[in-house]
Amino acid sequence: MTGLSGTIPLLRLAARRDRVLIPVSAVALVFVVAGSAQATVALYPDRAAALAPLRTLLANPALQAVYGPIASESLDSLATFKTILIGAVFLCLLAYVVVRRHTRTEEEEGRLELLGAGAIGRRAPLAAAVLLGTVAVLATALLTAVGAIAVGLDRTGSVALGVAWVVMGLTWVGVTAVAAQLTETARGTAGFALGALALAYLMRALGDVAADDSPLRLLTWLSPLGWGEKVAPYGANRFWLLAVGLLAYAALLVLAFVLQGRRDLGAGILPSRVGPARGDLSSSLGLMVRLARGTLVGWFVAFVVLGAVVGSLAGNVQSFVDSPETADLLRKMGGGAGSIVDTFFATEIHVAAVAAAALGISLVTRMRTEETGGRAETVLATGVPRRRWAGEHVVVGMAATAGLMVCLGVVAGVMDAGRTGDAAASIGRLTGAGLSTLPAVWVCIGVATVLFGLAPRFTGVAWAVLIAFFALGEFGDLLGLPAVVSGLSPFAHLPALPGGEMAVGTAVVLVAVAVGCVALGLAGLRQRDLPAG
Amino acid sequence: MTSSIQVVDLHKAFGRTTALAGLDLEVETGQIHGFLGPNGSGKSTTIRVLLGLMRADSGTLSLLGGDPWRDAETLHRRLSYVPGDVALWPNLSGGEVIDLLGKLRGGLDEKRRADMLERFDLDPTKKGRTYSKGNRQKVALVAALSSDVELLILDEPTSGLDPLMEAVFRDAVREFRDGGGTVLLSSHILDEVESLCDRVSIIREGRNVETGTLAQLRHLARTTVHAGLERRVTEADLAGLAGVADLVVTDTDLRCTVETARLGALLERLGEYGISTLTSAPPTLEELFLEQYRTPEVAGPR
Repeated sequence: MTGLSGTIPLLRLAARRDRVLIPVSAVALVFVVAGSAQATVALYPDRAAALAPLRTLLANPALQAVYGPIASESLDSLATFKTILIGAVFLCLLAYVVVRRHTRTEEEEGRLELLGAGAIGRRAPLAAAVLLGTVAVLATALLTAVGAIAVGLDRTGSVALGVAWVVMGLTWVGVTAVAAQLTETARGTAGFALGALALAYLMRALGDVAADDSPLRLLTWLSPLGWGEKVAPYGANRFWLLAVGLLAYAALLVLAFVLQGRRDLGAGILPSRVGPARGDLSSSLGLMVRLARGTLVGWFVAFVVLGAVVGSLAGNVQSFVDSPETADLLRKMGGGAGSIVDTFFATEIHVAAVAAAALGISLVTRMRTEETGGRAETVLATGVPRRRWAGEHVVVGMAATAGLMVCLGVVAGVMDAGRTGDAAASIGRLTGAGLSTLPAVWVCIGVATVLFGLAPRFTGVAWAVLIAFFALGEFGDLLGLPAVVSGLSPFAHLPALPGGEMAVGTAVVLVAVAVGCVALGLAGLRQRDLPAG
Repeated sequence: MTSSIQVVDLHKAFGRTTALAGLDLEVETGQIHGFLGPNGSGKSTTIRVLLGLMRADSGTLSLLGGDPWRDAETLHRRLSYVPGDVALWPNLSGGEVIDLLGKLRGGLDEKRRADMLERFDLDPTKKGRTYSKGNRQKVALVAALSSDVELLILDEPTSGLDPLMEAVFRDAVREFRDGGGTVLLSSHILDEVESLCDRVSIIREGRNVETGTLAQLRHLARTTVHAGLERRVTEADLAGLAGVADLVVTDTDLRCTVETARLGALLERLGEYGISTLTSAPPTLEELFLEQYRTPEVAGPR
């Protein structure tokens, strides 16, 4: 193949730019797999004890949908059950990030043009990106297999685990290489590559939970993530699936290079989409919601899925959490007073509340991106008052987080109705529990607003504050921190609902803090300069 | 004559950096006022203060009869602003942005919108991220010019436009002025300033150095004179004349520059020696501005 000259210098450039991203991701993945395997092995010193929870796991479609089926009734399989598929998804994400970064992103930013004018072959940038992605996948898979062996798992199974990851990871190197040729934008590439990943995940989930004689089971075999899953490390150890993965990898790469040869630099294979010639946006609120539309839809879909998983898991929780240590841990985390199922719900809902707070913060901190991007001044030099513009971001943030928690509660309640037999009661209890977390979520929104209004350059600190709140609220008791310290987190003051008592006074105080923070932030914004973009 | 913009003794500092140090600016209603100055002289800061995006440290400001900081939103409905570096939302089409900005201002004149889109040859269906710099400026210009407003504040609005579009821009701004509108135009394009502006303010280091019509400003600059005389003249003969410099005399041939206001006095004196040939070149705009931008006290290292 010609047009490859300059691939090696480009590869070195790309490797240098990713010298933190790739090693850190790889080590994190190895650590998660090996670490959790070791913890599981330590928890079940004898094999017999391991088999009881295994049967529950095998019988539970909700868990299979999330983690894939368990490969065998062995301790090794239990030890890696949660990490094989989820870890592979993260490996696919790494492959996608690396390939996209050095292809379409570079091209869109115009940096590839600068390089392309030098003594660089036309195919070299794609080749370099694919090589780097491939190396990242192979190295991570190899290290993970070695890590698994190191913590005492079966050798053959561990190699099969590496093979499964290679199959899935390399396929996404190929998928992203093709996706990068299709559209003009990095966003479009993300849409195709991540969309394909979501589709593959969903297909294998449907296949996995289908009845044994159902034709739907074929769906798993049609999904590249399914191929990796079917390698069944520590079970069947089907090494031959490596050939399927490599074949897909090769075919996708050939397709990517052919597509690249047929398009101009900067262009996509698909025509760029045009927008409407006339707009129906007529307010700053309309603009804000329009800009956040994609984000909001994504979050709501995620919370519906989360609600479905949490709700459907409840029935199995009783047996799932049969180890007294785990039950105790859950109780500590949720601080629950009710049944073990209620504790489970309270725990999940509190974690979801932290996630919702992340959406709230991202909606508020959008103002800073708009400001530094020079787009805020375009709006604020019209008849839109600053306070209204900022107030709208805050209100949308509060409403969206409330919507998420309601959504989670309703969906979980519907799914849980099968267990309780009383849909209205389940939905009511869980929706109420979701809503009870909002005061803490809104405090996070308030903190972000204060930072943006008074110290705009430190708006990003809101994320650090959220992480600190989360850590203090969820693990403060676990770590034995004094109540004064963990009490700094608004999440530490949330009632353990469902099952516990609603503390109205605390909720009122938290809402007052949130409102006070917002008022302070808006007042600060009214007084400060809007620097040039 | 009323003023749309009146700024007296405006001060603004960022930390230790002084951006504006006693700036005065007056823009008369119904005129196109050129706003010139070297990079970093405080033009954009002045505009941002006028838009209420920044707050003045001290000074008196009046914009369309109101206080730009206190009455920002009501005043903003009566003006359009085009920044030099237009940032658009990547996933909104140009047409959507034009309509949105129009609605957020005083309203949109449909006929003018269609007319401007055609004259600026702008495709409103493209997404913000796909526009070039010049096309992003066109989006902002079409939005500004088709909004129903009485004041345009333009901060180097044509830096990305080609000459054809520059001409369209000039026509459109003139039409806006002829319809009774007022324009504050910050620009580096001297040709544009000369063809458009009724009055000009030149600022340097946060102060204004000159304000007036171009004819008045020209009067302050130096004219080059080359004369052939009938009788011999020496430099000493002309020593008493004020405003003359760069004098070079060889027998009957004389070259010098003179402050335009003192040209008459010079010619009167030369007449005593009998003028056989005379060329006098008024200062070009470029010379005029270079002279105002660069003066001895700031020529040294800063």
